Amino acid sequence: MTTPSRYWREIPQRYRLEANKCQSCGTVNFPPRLVCPECQKRDLVATKLAEKGKVISYTIIRVPPHQFIDQAPYAVGIVKLDDGVNLMAQIVDCDFEDLKVGMKVRIEFRKIFDEGEAGILCYGYKFVPD
Amino acid sequence: MRDVAVIGVGMTKWGELWEKSLRDIFVETALMAFDDASIDKVDSMYVGSMSSGLFVGQEHIASLLADYLGQANIPSTRVESACASGGLALRLGYLEVASGRSEVVLVGGIEKMTDVSGYEATYALGTAADQEYEGYHGMTFPGLYALIARAHMEKYGTTREQLAMVAVKNHHNGSKNPLAQFPFEITVDSVLNSVMVADPLRVLDCSPITDGAAAVILCPAEMAQKKDKPVVKIAGSGHATDTIALSSRKDITWLEAVYKATQQAYKEADKGPEDIDIIEVHDCFTIAEICVLEALGIVEKGKGGDAVEQGLTSLKGKIPVNTSGGLKAKGHPVGATGVAQAVEICKQLWEEAGERQVKKARVGLAQNMGGSGGSSVIHVLERA
Amino acid sequence: MEGIVGYGAYIPRNRIKVEEIAKVWGADAPSYKKGLMLEEKSVPSPDQDTITMSVESAKNALKRAAIDPVEIGAVYVGSESHPYAVKPSGTVLAEAIGATPEVHTADFEFACKAGTEGMYVALSLVRAGEIKYGLAVGADTSQGAPGDALEYSAAAGAAAFIFGKEKVVAEAVETYSYMTDTPDFWRREYQYYPQHGGRFTGDPAYFKHVVGAGKGIMEKAGLKASDFDYVIFHQPNGKFPFRVGKMLGFEKKQIEPGWLVSKLGNTYSGSSPLGLTATLDISKPGDKILIVSYGSGAGSDAFIFEVQDRIEEVRNLAPRTQQLLEDNINYLEYGEYAKFRQKIKKAE
Repeated sequence: MTTPSRYWREIPQRYRLEANKCQSCGTVNFPPRLVCPECQKRDLVATKLAEKGKVISYTIIRVPPHQFIDQAPYAVGIVKLDDGVNLMAQIVDCDFEDLKVGMKVRIEFRKIFDEGEAGILCYGYKFVPD
Repeated sequence: MRDVAVIGVGMTKWGELWEKSLRDIFVETALMAFDDASIDKVDSMYVGSMSSGLFVGQEHIASLLADYLGQANIPSTRVESACASGGLALRLGYLEVASGRSEVVLVGGIEKMTDVSGYEATYALGTAADQEYEGYHGMTFPGLYALIARAHMEKYGTTREQLAMVAVKNHHNGSKNPLAQFPFEITVDSVLNSVMVADPLRVLDCSPITDGAAAVILCPAEMAQKKDKPVVKIAGSGHATDTIALSSRKDITWLEAVYKATQQAYKEADKGPEDIDIIEVHDCFTIAEICVLEALGIVEKGKGGDAVEQGLTSLKGKIPVNTSGGLKAKGHPVGATGVAQAVEICKQLWEEAGERQVKKARVGLAQNMGGSGGSSVIHVLERA
Repeated sequence: MEGIVGYGAYIPRNRIKVEEIAKVWGADAPSYKKGLMLEEKSVPSPDQDTITMSVESAKNALKRAAIDPVEIGAVYVGSESHPYAVKPSGTVLAEAIGATPEVHTADFEFACKAGTEGMYVALSLVRAGEIKYGLAVGADTSQGAPGDALEYSAAAGAAAFIFGKEKVVAEAVETYSYMTDTPDFWRREYQYYPQHGGRFTGDPAYFKHVVGAGKGIMEKAGLKASDFDYVIFHQPNGKFPFRVGKMLGFEKKQIEPGWLVSKLGNTYSGSSPLGLTATLDISKPGDKILIVSYGSGAGSDAFIFEVQDRIEEVRNLAPRTQQLLEDNINYLEYGEYAKFRQKIKKAE
């Protein structure tokens, strides 16, 4: 079992979509970075991701990692958010036949998995149809 | 830098090797390479292994394997770059000989994957993705390549049938490789009706879980001339990386690491795509082969599916791809794959490939890839 | 003036019909449908719990309140299905909406009354001048034992209210609470399902306390049933709110806008609070609203609200409760429901 620290330190990203933005070239990084991957400058300030976007690609996971067995089958997609950042997360509350590239989605707060019957509950963002 | 040649290769039958341990498989394979090269010791060795820790609970395997190979005390290095570990081990062994630091170097790759359950194997492989921002959301490797496949189909009109044709072609080649895990033919229908793993990818789009190893012996080209095999040189080597998180890429259908590594290798070998006779590509999933053909410059962007459909890459085609059966039919013991690709190219260039022998092959390319394209290693091998 | 500054609701999309449950247990569906006026209930997905629904309802409340979350001085979650036995739900909520670290947070539990408890405390702290804004959520993903009468009603949902003195949407005119020790329904520690006293949950429990609180607050405020535009009672089934309404002199039309139970089920701590969000959605400035909760064990909290002009501005800033009840519905079969609610024994 991992200690809760690994989950805890990502809370700002997972609960509130905290990102950072390069003051030099405007690139938004999620998760936040120490150096801009585009221009290598280090002048980055905190920002938040947009909560809506469009699906770029999606799949339906039918053979899941063990923490996700109770949720399978489930859809996971990459979404281009309205601020241009691409974000990967599950797409829920959508019948599989209604999933399509280009569909509009928004963020909802959900349980992602739990660390067994007695472990911590891990929360974060998922997409739902908008 | 001096020229480097391959003077011996080793590969045993791949599959679910229940009765053999990681060290048994490796040593047996490395000894085959020793015999093939007519040597009994090496100056140093490199071992590609993605995750011996998660698969068999054993790290520090470079020393362990040197010891069991009867080479205790030599410098021995484990190399990890996910599924490109073997290819990267080859590159480091190549650089060591080319630099003049060592004369005879063993490059091996090994993965023993069946000592854990399917769920644990899925987890271990999944660690090659971004654990905090892909794995956290329940993403898997078939899932990542499924995202690439869906995007490729949307953008370029690649069809579900074209994906299936990759698997059919590779199984056809694999049916002629007695060392392959699945040496039998399959049909487009059987792929299209196989169990869905991550839409649109089905189980017959996916490479399997495999136990296996592969080994090559490298030495200066000059020394190779004294052997009785035709000299096969490593004419060019390339290595590049990319974001491991698929969502961080500007275009998820394009494998930039493959492209960059290929350009390096072509430049070093003074070759271009038109000079290549045979290719081994990293077809961990059918869509991967299609995207790789594009990044190698064999076909234009978006035309990888058509190339397979038109037979360009079949055994009797203009540029046979994955004559060994590829990862799909030959098997995919992840750390061993990159080395096994070089083994196949050497066998073809030495005309030791049996039923699947491609006539007059002089130049071969091996493309090995980590994760969803987060790393790639390319080698161009040439028969002198 | 103190009162509600923003309100929000959240209801999972899954439903199961009374017939689907009755079929499994060989029970008489028409008797539940007619006798208890229940048709279907909401069911959480495996990735939804009291915490996730609290966050979503609170985000909807924030949209209507249009305030900076750092100004929220108290965050309370009332529930009988907090996902952790030890570790607060409220801290996740406070963190997710960006109210940490200068905030007072607590979890409440009082069967179906925990939501209005939080509302009472948040409002009182605003009145006392201790905090600028206070957030209170009533949320539950309650379980009835398989085959028990409660299985037909135990549902999932959440309602959130932000209280403050500025930007008030509905003024809190009066509050009143009525409690006794009455063991009509309980769940002991380490028990998965609750126990209840059958018909004992009626007269000496629900009716005594709801009537007690209803009469008490009207006397305190000098108002009578006909002075109210709307009234919301706790809704353990469809019948009880109408019966208790009649006992207190209310008419059906005053009850109906906040009566959600036949299509929603009993959302426990979310029950009367969701009735209030649905009523606010259709109310007009000047409307007087009475809400009386009930929690087994037992007691009722009552509030009188008077709707302010700002309702017109905020009503459509977040989804309406009725819309959440009707949109994107997914009907489950009992097998899926049993899987979602972890009622199936699996291999370790």
